Amino acid sequence: MSGNSTYQPQSKVLQWFEKRLPIGGLMHSSFVAYPTPRNLNYWWTFGGILSFMLGVQIITGIVLAMHYTPHVDLAFKSVETIMRDVNFGWLIRYSHAYGASMFFFAVYIHMFRGLYYGSYKEPREVLWILGVIIYLLMMATGFMGYVLVWGQMSFWAATVITNLFSAIPGIGETLVAWLWGGYAVGNPTLNRFFSLHYLLPFVIAGVVILHVWALHVCGQNNPAGIEPKSDKDSVPFTPFATSKDAFGIACFLILYAWFVFYIPGYLLNGDNYIPANPSVTPAEIVPEWYYLPFYAILRSIPNKLMGVMALFGSIGILAFLPWLDTSRVRSARYRPVFRQFFWLFVIACIGLGWLGTKPPEGVYVVLSRLLTFYYFAFFIIVLPLLGIFEKTKPLPNSISESVLGAKA
Amino acid sequence: MTTVSSAEHTRRDFLYIATAAVGAVGAAAVLVPLVAQMNPDASTIAAGAPIEVDLAPIADGQIIKVFWRSKPIFISHRSKAEIAAAQKVALNELPDPEPDADRVKQGHDQWLVVIGICTHLGCIPLAHQGEYDGWFCPCHGSQYDTAGRIRKGPAPKNLPLPPYKFVSDTKIQIG
Repeated sequence: MSGNSTYQPQSKVLQWFEKRLPIGGLMHSSFVAYPTPRNLNYWWTFGGILSFMLGVQIITGIVLAMHYTPHVDLAFKSVETIMRDVNFGWLIRYSHAYGASMFFFAVYIHMFRGLYYGSYKEPREVLWILGVIIYLLMMATGFMGYVLVWGQMSFWAATVITNLFSAIPGIGETLVAWLWGGYAVGNPTLNRFFSLHYLLPFVIAGVVILHVWALHVCGQNNPAGIEPKSDKDSVPFTPFATSKDAFGIACFLILYAWFVFYIPGYLLNGDNYIPANPSVTPAEIVPEWYYLPFYAILRSIPNKLMGVMALFGSIGILAFLPWLDTSRVRSARYRPVFRQFFWLFVIACIGLGWLGTKPPEGVYVVLSRLLTFYYFAFFIIVLPLLGIFEKTKPLPNSISESVLGAKA
Repeated sequence: MTTVSSAEHTRRDFLYIATAAVGAVGAAAVLVPLVAQMNPDASTIAAGAPIEVDLAPIADGQIIKVFWRSKPIFISHRSKAEIAAAQKVALNELPDPEPDADRVKQGHDQWLVVIGICTHLGCIPLAHQGEYDGWFCPCHGSQYDTAGRIRKGPAPKNLPLPPYKFVSDTKIQIG
């Protein structure tokens, strides 16, 4: 690209300010002049979509906290008050609840895109690991937010998830009592979850800044999986990426708004409209859809400690992906065998999600075990071996050649 | 100022290490209240005092649920058939082997008192359900027998026994 312009403000006031705090120059070099590969497709707009969703969640969340009461006797009621009495409370709460779902939907696409195009490979390992940390923080934040509603599913989700830590030999029980602040999930638990649910999104925002920083140090990966070599290979972030991201966000908002305005009950669990009751466990405990694959992995293993280790391992293994994948070729476009295993992996994840909604018996258990095996085998067996045995297709000489053909 | 590096340990090295050590001890000391505040508070512990339960109204074969320390306690008035079923199981069939005699107080075979929290992930099992007619956990399918022992499913241990004693023939104290 030809836009390596430097930021030179016209106005005297801005020049004065820039000398003292060069934030304008930082923004200009990061989001205006920043060179982006010219071949980015729409799968690359999900980073922008995710930043946008984090903003939506923080704004709606701050507003909800103005009307919410974190006390076991009042929490459920205050949520109903938000829904019925607070002006536009229904809109803000549905936006927040579906915002979480849309956030996870976008992050899964973002992660699968990274996996497909090998975006975690050298030199982007730290960028990828920061992403895994953001994902972990998102899971913790989403879980604690779900508990705040204090319906039956909230209460029992809190019980089941905190009890995962009781599997740790020796200190498990003490640790769980410490998490609860009592002998069971109760008011102290609700209070601290509220405090942390408010805190963590800002921690996420902090790690997002590191994530973007790391991205801007290495530059973006792209569908060809090769680095830009000349000015012809990249275009300036503004207007190209900015307008493309804006269009992506607009399309994403249509889907989001359709959920909020037309089918607001679609993803909400009916049992969570029953106030929390510590003496009755609902007949079927099902987590939110975005946790289902991990729930299926937990249930597929008949031993408590091993099940919990598999659950955490299935997320933790993502951090080691840059070293488990031994292939030098990034993009699945030029990796015919990897591509097939990749789509099988996507199917396995969706399949595990579906199995997470099924009762843990009969054929469902067998299927869960098979897919859990594939989930781990993909990382531990398939990826290391493919790098050695796969015959990859020839890479294009440059990004512009991959777009325009050899005539470039 | 010039920096003189020397292989010898100097008084300055000592000061650096001493300063860092005092700082580390201070930081660790600050962690104590910050971590301890999350443990159960005094009122929660006080509310966990022992309770007495009158067994007289519990009919033969009935299971009641009482709460102690926010935990559900199952009190099962076991029928003759249930006692016999629990006693005749061979210990090697059990994932967490415990004879029925260890699950009840001597001379009170008909009373089983257990903490009603599934040892898998803390759900409350449903009474008189499952293949062993004891308890069935709806969350992940663990099954317990009439002595509250785990027989099938992901739970690793038997339903735990709370500390309790018979105050009289028809009254127990839990805690």
